[in-house]
Amino acid sequence: MAYDPKNPMKDRITDIGPRHYKEFMPPVIKKNFGKWLYHEILEPGVLMHKAESGDEVYTVRIGASRLMSVELIRDAMKIADKHCGGYIRWTTRNNMELMVDDKSKLQPLIDDIKKNPMFPIGGTGAGVTSIIHTQGWVHCHTPAIDASGIVKSVMDELFEYFQSMKLPAQVRVAMACCLNMCGAVHCSDIAILGFHRKPPFVQHEVISKICELPLAIAACPTGAIKPATVDGHKSVSVNGERCMFCGNCYTMCPAMPLMDAEGDCVVIMMGGKISNRISAPKFSKVVIPALPSNPPRWPEVVAAVKNILEVYAKNANKYERIGEWAERIGWERVFEKCNIPFNVKTIDDYTLAYNTLRTTTQFKFT
Amino acid sequence: MAKFKTPFLDELEKGPWPSFVTDIKRQAKTKPELEDLLGQVELSYKDKETHWKHGGIVGVFGYGGGVIGRYSDMPKEFPGVAHFHTVRVNQTGGFYYSTEYLGKIMDMWERRGSGLTNMHGSTGDMVLLGTTTDQLEEIFWELTHDMQTDLGGSGGNLRTPSCCLGMSRCEYSCIDAQAICQEMTMHYQDELHRPAFPYKFKIKVSGCANDCVAAIARSDCAIIGTWKDNIRIDKSAVAAYVNGELKSNAGAHAGRDWGKFDIVKEVVNLCPTGCMSYDGKELTIDDKECTRCMHCINTMPRALRPGVDKGATLLCGAKAPILEGQRLATVIVPFVKTEGTFEEIKEVINKLLDWWMEHGKNRERIGELIGRMGMREMLKATGLPPVPQMVKEPRSNPYIFWEESEVPGGWTRDLAAFRKKHPL
Repeated sequence: MAYDPKNPMKDRITDIGPRHYKEFMPPVIKKNFGKWLYHEILEPGVLMHKAESGDEVYTVRIGASRLMSVELIRDAMKIADKHCGGYIRWTTRNNMELMVDDKSKLQPLIDDIKKNPMFPIGGTGAGVTSIIHTQGWVHCHTPAIDASGIVKSVMDELFEYFQSMKLPAQVRVAMACCLNMCGAVHCSDIAILGFHRKPPFVQHEVISKICELPLAIAACPTGAIKPATVDGHKSVSVNGERCMFCGNCYTMCPAMPLMDAEGDCVVIMMGGKISNRISAPKFSKVVIPALPSNPPRWPEVVAAVKNILEVYAKNANKYERIGEWAERIGWERVFEKCNIPFNVKTIDDYTLAYNTLRTTTQFKFT
Repeated sequence: MAKFKTPFLDELEKGPWPSFVTDIKRQAKTKPELEDLLGQVELSYKDKETHWKHGGIVGVFGYGGGVIGRYSDMPKEFPGVAHFHTVRVNQTGGFYYSTEYLGKIMDMWERRGSGLTNMHGSTGDMVLLGTTTDQLEEIFWELTHDMQTDLGGSGGNLRTPSCCLGMSRCEYSCIDAQAICQEMTMHYQDELHRPAFPYKFKIKVSGCANDCVAAIARSDCAIIGTWKDNIRIDKSAVAAYVNGELKSNAGAHAGRDWGKFDIVKEVVNLCPTGCMSYDGKELTIDDKECTRCMHCINTMPRALRPGVDKGATLLCGAKAPILEGQRLATVIVPFVKTEGTFEEIKEVINKLLDWWMEHGKNRERIGELIGRMGMREMLKATGLPPVPQMVKEPRSNPYIFWEESEVPGGWTRDLAAFRKKHPL
């Protein structure tokens, strides 16, 4: 039985949802489901979970570029078949995990993983794990910058922190190639964000044919887009002074592209977190409003990220996330310690701006 | 012999982190369209601009989501990626796969697509990158018939729910995150496949407050495991941490000499509520004052465990800044038991969806709608009781929108009688 294009609805199956996760759990995981006692990180990238039954499961975490070929996934599957009973999983941060149910099986697994340079072991504990990121130039129509290339460049530089656990706490780096933030960089310890800086073009001669003008107008959060007739074409005008370059108009209307090699830049944010541990989750804050986007290795971005990471590593207390460290010493001190020039553009002037202004005489001189 | 010279991308084959360029080049030997992909991406590296066109509506019959149209803006130069659509395949809960199942998907994707994937997309789906329109129905047929799986969400619909690995391999998980995720995914199949919402709606389930799936930052409805009773303490294990027999934080800090473990400095004094004390022998917790941040449990996992009266906190409205500004999800139900088919949770989600579908504007997330209309309207519509756990602090302005029915005598008044008493 196969798909019949002449009769597309014949024997059609819909709305069955995903396969049930219990089908795909290694036996030791299934057996001890909900009965885990504790875990230990034996070395960077290697975990041991102990169950009430006395069973142990050993996990090896492998860093991955989330962009993976079928061939590379098959390489991992071969190791899973040889050592792990044919099971593999991914983490919420794009790492792969291979599990064995006995300590004697661990070293042979590690040895085989290490044979493949595409499979670095690490990403546990007080270190840097894989960067959550977006598509960039490989597959997206709105990016201001690439994603995979910047992630590769940054991770090459932070690699020692992927394979060690010497930071005060875990550092979660995320990157998004435009303001849509598919990478959810808004709550990360360090965030890399692509940003447009030129208002959209308006292709007056086609816009009314390919876009719903009221939707394009309504898409603008600052009211910068107004209806206009230009050279006899029903179109819109854009007030560049009110544009905050969010790209929402382009999402609604292909006749309003923003991207521009000269204008597009990289924003660096820091101090966000998701975990509720000790302090509440926090948003990332903009500390560097614009760095040049310089492919193929984005040296300015890599240097900025490494600088923040290393100043934090040197100065923060044990358990302190970047945002907690920043709040303890004060953001004025963060700019000083990281040697980042403070800029009017790092003062918020959007919807929630007032919440970020200093309403006390308590501050530090820098 | 490579079809295009890629001096920029070649630079990304250096260094210790896995190189996507090396990976794609190898796959290109059997999937020549990836030569064109490399060519186009190289051009983007030169131009510093993307070469993908804006969208394009493609899909499979009967579904309004799960496939994202993608076209090259230089199809003549790079014909292999002229059409390069994305297929989102609903991931399994906790991202577990057997190689048998995963292998079938990989074989299918090698035959019918580019051989390139994202493991996984930001929402959680397994993302298959790059195929042509004529393959879509065939892919859907094979996914549903041969692999018994389904597409994920895209557009103005329920996006594929996602969860951490939950109780499958985590001692912290207070709820069966995978079971909740699976049940929500199955229960809302129609909402997932057929866009009828003002915009996207995400459900994410985390087993505990460590929130490994970023539910509080990324989901319109966050379901996060917690407990109501006392943290379970193993006194002998506490002593073992104090004596240095056990490594703090499960060994997460082992790469640096932080000195001897100091339970007062590292646990008691970092407790955000100050509800712990240590007298040199015994650790005590005033559990009533505990806000369940997980720090002490994370730091001494063999000595401390979450309580046994477990359930979930529901939060609503997280999103990235686009468009009205970033929002974290905020508490709407402090505690709900997570049993059976999670009907209590579905009831809350249904009411949220009803209210949002009635009032939400095009591309307005539910968090923004709460921002625009106020918690007041959301609570009225959902019938959820207002409780102090919903706020960090009460309002500091008295501009309360009283309703007529709440004010003695209502709003209809006799002006003549008023003026008789208070002449103009």
